[in-house]
Amino acid sequence: MSNYDQMWKELGLDLPNHEGLLKFLGEAYQGIYLTQKNRPAGMGYFDFVISEVHGLRIKEIVDARKAGKKGIGTFCVYVPEELVLAANGIYIGLCAGAEVGTPQAEQYLPRNTCALIKAFFGFKLANLCPYGEVTDLIVGETTCDGKKKAYEAFNDITGKMHIMDLPNTKSAEGRKLWRAEVARLKDKLEELTGVKITPEKLAEAMKIVNDKRRALQRLAALRAADPTPISGLDALLINQIAFYDDPIRFTDMLNKLCDELDGRVKEKVGVVPAGAPRVLVSGSPMAIPNWKLHHLLETSGAAVVGEESCVGARNYRALTPEKFAGLDDALDKIAERYLTIDCACFTPNDERIENIVKMRDELKVDGIVHYALQFCTLYTSESFKVAKELKEFPFLRVETDYTMEDAGQLKTRIEAFLEMVRNRRK
Amino acid sequence: MPHIGLDIGSRNIKLAVMEAGKIATLKKEESGFDPLERCRNLLASCPVGPITATGYGRHLVEKTFSCGTVSEISAFARGALFFDPSVRTVIDVGGQDSKAIRVDGAGRVMAFEMNDKCAAGTGKFLEIMARALEMTIDEFGDRGHRNESRVRISSLCTVFAESEVISLIGRGADRRSIAYALHEMAAERASSLVSRVGVAPTVMLAGGCARNPLFTALLAEKLARPLVVGEFPEFAGAIGAALVE
Repeated sequence: MSNYDQMWKELGLDLPNHEGLLKFLGEAYQGIYLTQKNRPAGMGYFDFVISEVHGLRIKEIVDARKAGKKGIGTFCVYVPEELVLAANGIYIGLCAGAEVGTPQAEQYLPRNTCALIKAFFGFKLANLCPYGEVTDLIVGETTCDGKKKAYEAFNDITGKMHIMDLPNTKSAEGRKLWRAEVARLKDKLEELTGVKITPEKLAEAMKIVNDKRRALQRLAALRAADPTPISGLDALLINQIAFYDDPIRFTDMLNKLCDELDGRVKEKVGVVPAGAPRVLVSGSPMAIPNWKLHHLLETSGAAVVGEESCVGARNYRALTPEKFAGLDDALDKIAERYLTIDCACFTPNDERIENIVKMRDELKVDGIVHYALQFCTLYTSESFKVAKELKEFPFLRVETDYTMEDAGQLKTRIEAFLEMVRNRRK
Repeated sequence: MPHIGLDIGSRNIKLAVMEAGKIATLKKEESGFDPLERCRNLLASCPVGPITATGYGRHLVEKTFSCGTVSEISAFARGALFFDPSVRTVIDVGGQDSKAIRVDGAGRVMAFEMNDKCAAGTGKFLEIMARALEMTIDEFGDRGHRNESRVRISSLCTVFAESEVISLIGRGADRRSIAYALHEMAAERASSLVSRVGVAPTVMLAGGCARNPLFTALLAEKLARPLVVGEFPEFAGAIGAALVE
């Protein structure tokens, strides 16, 4: 019996299966994370957060809701976090990175739906995700066909969906549409929370969110050091936790970790031997606890030094300008900031290639692994363009899901890729 | 000092002993359910020397024989150059996977592609199809087959292709035409894989399927150039492993 059983029961979770899930998670974390050597001491906080992923953080949110706050679930980095915080809401990323409840999900979704969509459905239908249960509103967005249709069915089940209409292009008309959608979300949040979003509240929220982004940028920059002071797995975990932890505490703890990493960089202390192939992972998001590719890469001798991903650079690359003149100007700036994100759902999406090249150069990358979730048309399609633009630069295309059935094949490809990278450096 | 390369594939284990840059011994055994034991047997009669393992079972033997490992990709690239130094594109169609590799003159891999999870178009696929047609492997891969019934196999999946074959037999298509169509499908698959890495003027076909004359002829036709087939195509990985530094 855990201390949280009563809370989980009240949230409607399937207790026996939930216990099984936590056990599985704990074992995976032990095997993948805690076996890593020479981790920074500052990871202790994040280890603790994971150990309490369905415990303490949920309790905090439950308590905050009792005190009148609202939980706002999101699936995507296009949903403006500033607005949620300005309405006194709790921002909760709901994307899921484990294969759970697939048979139930397939009663609503075609089999050839990506693992991420199936997982958020599966977690809900199998009653295994406390985060979904502590939301009062779930904000979806039209970033792909799979999600659009899934949200319709998800609304039938939860009745909580609000969909933001993200344009397909960044044209003047597209920008106008998006600006209106940002305003519509503001109205929706105000109506839900009863809190008026004022310029003062927005300024405060922007500072909180930008501080978090600045801390994540700081972490990203530290990984440019050779040897890299932190494993890709640990950095990925931090980027995943950024979506559901308390933002102020998270930023504080991440900055403390970065202070430690500063020292490591000065003393040239790394987690891998200097000269280990430096890999940039680029493509589809890796929602928690999807650690598969990083684990395979790093146990094969690579150092993952960056994530060109929503769970990564797309989430923190741009700050929202904190200086604005009144509410309308603030909403303009928020809308603009979010449209700088280079998701493959846009056409054209040339910025993404530029950003990949920039990250490759800044992080002194030896090879790029393009990661696409199986059946993710947008990122699998864009992988061809990325490969073409990178010319002869070492490039590996990986298309996979959350299961481990292809781990052997992936390992062979990854080892061959790292051999190629090492030989090419000679 | 002899160098030993051990290629533990999904269907067969291949062993190559290389001495002074020349082949000293080549041996092959089915992988079976205990590949480690098979490797021990193969190594029992070998001279002592450093061993490098490749193939899907490379990590299985790594500790037992305290040997180095190398991926199949690097091993085949190196092995292909041993047979013909002018080769720049290598295709390996093995028991359960296929790969295309672009290699430079120094044997360095420049790019590679592998088939997805499934075994469509690989040796295992052809083996199952031969059985469905009640042909031996030699009869099945006969270069003399023509597609007189003008049949087409559209399924990539081994299971579905087999039911397609059965329904073609049911409709009275002749076996030789079906065999031809199956090879055409496998060659199509290999050619699309290889075109993703780039088709160099000199292309080598390695792996067990290089011993299949019909497959080799159809693939050469699709790539519009003759294919170099080494003397021991299924040993390219083992030889390459023995030569990798």
